[in-house]
Amino acid sequence: MHEVSIILSIVDRAAEVVQQNHGKAVGKIELEIGELAGIEWTSFDFAWEPAVRDSVLSKAKRVVHRIPGIAVCSRCEKEFQKVKLFDPCPECGEYLHHLKSGKELRIRSITIT
Amino acid sequence: MCSTCGCSQPAEAVTITMAGKASDRDHGHSHHDHHHHHGHHHHEHHHESGHSHSTEIDLEVEILEKNNRLAERNRGYFMAKNIHAINLVSSPGSGKTSLLEETIRRLKDKRDIYVIEGDQQTMNDANRIDAAGARAIQINTGKGCHLDSHMVLHAIEDLKPSENSLLFIENVGNLVCPSLFDLGEGDRVVIISTTEGDDKPLKYPTMFETSQICVINKIDLLPYVRFDVEKVKEYARRIQPNIQFIELSATEGAGMENWINWLMQDQ
Repeated sequence: MHEVSIILSIVDRAAEVVQQNHGKAVGKIELEIGELAGIEWTSFDFAWEPAVRDSVLSKAKRVVHRIPGIAVCSRCEKEFQKVKLFDPCPECGEYLHHLKSGKELRIRSITIT
Repeated sequence: MCSTCGCSQPAEAVTITMAGKASDRDHGHSHHDHHHHHGHHHHEHHHESGHSHSTEIDLEVEILEKNNRLAERNRGYFMAKNIHAINLVSSPGSGKTSLLEETIRRLKDKRDIYVIEGDQQTMNDANRIDAAGARAIQINTGKGCHLDSHMVLHAIEDLKPSENSLLFIENVGNLVCPSLFDLGEGDRVVIISTTEGDDKPLKYPTMFETSQICVINKIDLLPYVRFDVEKVKEYARRIQPNIQFIELSATEGAGMENWINWLMQDQ
């Protein structure tokens, strides 16, 4: 359940931003989370509410931008969507790839009230 | 207030305690919510939105920025003191502590060895390491399912590993959660034992993706279990084509020389 740690890190950062900007709370938070970042969505959703309770995020609207895993094959240079970490290149079967996206764990923006 | 990272709040769930005689000086350093006020490298753009009381701030910051920053700080400390720091990760019961006990027996006269033990509860593992002859410190994470770089930073403060030493960080037994948290280690070693399923790399791919070495432990039990070593290697290489394997039995000694040679290759 590392999703709790992830959410608590978001809460910490949101609290800092609210304090720095002399706000009261967060109205909306936009996150960018890669499909291959290691986040289990059901756990993330399940943990969100208890983890943000009594924090600046307790009433925040949460928008999650899920970023697909895009890989470039190291052998044939084909670009393809990687759904699982162990997906081979659909063109040549190679497992060694350069990942262009899909590992994001970012806060895109925070709207403070 | 903690002079290293500025954390200042009272104790919560996490405790850090030296094992053995050194426990006399245990001051129960607590790990807790904290507020770092280092420079932030994000740009904040204020947009006045339609509603007069709300402001949208573009951040584009890493969620784990704090953990990653403190991990780099630990890494710099290890590099400056030429400490080989190894993050040991695995399921519970794969033999992490047994491997460390045997490693300490074989290497303690050749190299200084320090161990940071991570468990939710008890001093058991740190006491085993202390009995085997290495300096050990126990981090109890309470309900936490993984170590993070902040806990390790404080453990290092108390443990004070010497120059040119080996530092093992035995993570909480869990093949999922520790994978996302960089501790500042030089190498990450994932351990799988032959009493587990040989499809674990596919079931828990992130841990294998982020590891440089895969130790296959308990090979003395291979005649008695359904565990295909070649299949594990093939699965793990699908996720991390560059991963290296070391097969051994920590309790019976087979293959231990390969592990010891890998640990000593930088000497």
